[in-house]
Amino acid sequence: MLEVTALRKSYSNVVAVDGISLRAGKGETIGLLGPNGAGKTTTVSIIAGLLRPDSGEVLIAGRPLRGDTDPAKRNIGLVPQDIGLYDEMSARENLRLFAALYGLNSTSRNRAIDGALDLVGLAGRGKDKVMGFSGGMKRRLNLAAALLHDPQLLLLDEPTVGVDPQSRNAIFDNLETLRKRGKTLLYTTHYMEEAERLCDRMVIIDHGKVIADDTLQGLHRLLPAVNLLTVELEDSKKEGFRPEELRLFPGVQSVEMRGGTLKVGVRDLAADSPGILHWLVEHGHPFRHVASERANLETVFLTLTGRSLRD
Amino acid sequence: MLTPFLALVRKDLKSFFADRRALLMSVAAPIAIASFFGYIFGGSGGQTETSRIPVLAADQDGSAISREIVSRLAADKFLEVKPSDLGQAREAVRKGKATVAFVIPKDFGAQAGRAFFSAGNKPEIKVLYDPSHGAEMSMVEGILAGHVMEAVSKEMFSGPSGRQNVRETLAQLDQSSMPQEEKESLRDLLRAVEGWNAGQDARKESGQEVPREGLTLPYQVSSEAVTSGSGIQYNGYAHSFGGMGIQFILFVGIDVGVGLLLQRQRGVWKRLRAAPLSRTVLLGSRATSAAVTSMFVLLVLFGFARLVFGVRIQGSMAGFLGICAAFSLMTAAFGLLVAALGRTPEATRGLSILATLFMVMLGGAWVPTFIFPQWLQKLTVVIPTRWAMDGLDAVTWRGLGFSSAAIPIALLVGCALLCGALAVTRFRWEAGG
Repeated sequence: MLEVTALRKSYSNVVAVDGISLRAGKGETIGLLGPNGAGKTTTVSIIAGLLRPDSGEVLIAGRPLRGDTDPAKRNIGLVPQDIGLYDEMSARENLRLFAALYGLNSTSRNRAIDGALDLVGLAGRGKDKVMGFSGGMKRRLNLAAALLHDPQLLLLDEPTVGVDPQSRNAIFDNLETLRKRGKTLLYTTHYMEEAERLCDRMVIIDHGKVIADDTLQGLHRLLPAVNLLTVELEDSKKEGFRPEELRLFPGVQSVEMRGGTLKVGVRDLAADSPGILHWLVEHGHPFRHVASERANLETVFLTLTGRSLRD
Repeated sequence: MLTPFLALVRKDLKSFFADRRALLMSVAAPIAIASFFGYIFGGSGGQTETSRIPVLAADQDGSAISREIVSRLAADKFLEVKPSDLGQAREAVRKGKATVAFVIPKDFGAQAGRAFFSAGNKPEIKVLYDPSHGAEMSMVEGILAGHVMEAVSKEMFSGPSGRQNVRETLAQLDQSSMPQEEKESLRDLLRAVEGWNAGQDARKESGQEVPREGLTLPYQVSSEAVTSGSGIQYNGYAHSFGGMGIQFILFVGIDVGVGLLLQRQRGVWKRLRAAPLSRTVLLGSRATSAAVTSMFVLLVLFGFARLVFGVRIQGSMAGFLGICAAFSLMTAAFGLLVAALGRTPEATRGLSILATLFMVMLGGAWVPTFIFPQWLQKLTVVIPTRWAMDGLDAVTWRGLGFSSAAIPIALLVGCALLCGALAVTRFRWEAGG
């Protein structure tokens, strides 16, 4: 559905996008992940036809966009990062306008508006002015406005910025519904938990370049030790305690003693933890507390770039 | 393309009419200001009283001539004369409480009488004036000259001091160093004056009517305001409503430009650009709604002026509508140009308001351009607001035909096309995108 090849875009001396390539098949949800300024919005803007790349190619359903009026733009639904609505107009008036921009006639326009309002849970608020909406409701209407012409590809540029958890969940539910309907979603975010929940595949970008492109499981495999088992021992100074012997376990990647706490890096928490805990008990090293820490995209990003996603 | 175009135009118009406060400001503010300007610039058909110039008179002489001068000035319809003394008069002018003060010095009457028939020393009337009222000063000087001439000549020809003066001059004429030929001429003149006065005395005694005494200005003024037709008076509101209409619809243009810049800062612009719409539709719809809004404001203003102040389109109605439409188009193109050249909405608004105020000021929207110095009048012919104002003046109170509006219309449309083309080429489509 979407094929982006070697995209480049620079402003004066700043390279915003530096050879980005990515693909998204029909019904697939791709997360475009990166910190602020990584080039996510520029990439989305180029895909949507708002910006002309310096080089590279974007194919939507196998063909490039040609000019402002290319009918192929109907394949794309853009949910901009900023709320793209007229505050002084009602929700329905906004949707009527945006539907008209795609040439929908009166009957199909009304049907599309009803469907979109219904999907985002605002069916009862159609006549209300947008200025009276909460931030979450505006975000949901922002999403609805991109659905009216029934696009195959949805470009979602940080669609949950500044909303409360309840509205965020509502938007996730909406997006899952759209995914089930076979829509292709390109979702930019710097919230790793959003990408983990929604996306089939993650494209991580930094400084305008793709630094990883894989499924969540695939990304986890990039890490030397992806999970951490933390054990607080009752007596760490007991004679004969040799924690380095744990390295003999096949799944153990690292062993470290810090004060009275043992930290063991393992490939698979579920598979490797019981053996380690059994070994400690068997060798007479009782413990007070056990905790586990699963690696996430934040860890992946940190490992790949040396800095946090939210830097 | 028509559906999105119409939808965008409809949205803009709906937003404009839905914002009651903005709508009121677009219409009520120009009406209020135009009403004020119209009133002070003549009102409708000379109904407004001309303000009289405050003048102080310090009569240090107290002679028959000086009293006559003060009395004549006090009766003048253009002046409001109050007695004063030199110190008070100077202070009042300095404080701006009087525009002009004149001081008639001691012995003015006697000296003026002597100077009237011979080349004696001329007495001096001191005139103190407020330098910010140069035009009034010239006017008062002219009025003063007329009244002094009439008062002095009256006294010299028929008043007691004049008769005494004639007798004394005749008696002293032989001792004068004047050439003999001139002495004879003056003697003849003075004897003729004595004879005239004797004749007048005789007529008075016999109860006959006596003609006005002394010299008078040898002409009368009959003034006629040349307007669109006989019996049709100049209506100052026609100009002021045109001027304020021009100013406030340029503000509509600024709103269009700043609105586009604001849109570009927000997600709406991205959404519009993501749709399969040409740039012509995106900018053209905005320009169309701006032109319609501007035309509406102009027509409402002139409608109000018609109903309340009796402003009529005395000339070509087609010319009037043509100028309104052409200037509305110009305003729309101006708005697009503001959006194309502007960077941030805040800075752009300030700069474009300044540019607009200069345009309306130099275009004669506040005060007619004929008040300007000649060089400025020549310079301002390149300003679009001047074309609009000249055109509106021509078809409203001057009552001229379509031909007088044709050139302003052509110039305004040309300017609109130029601004529009410049805006489209300079518009930063990708900014904020």
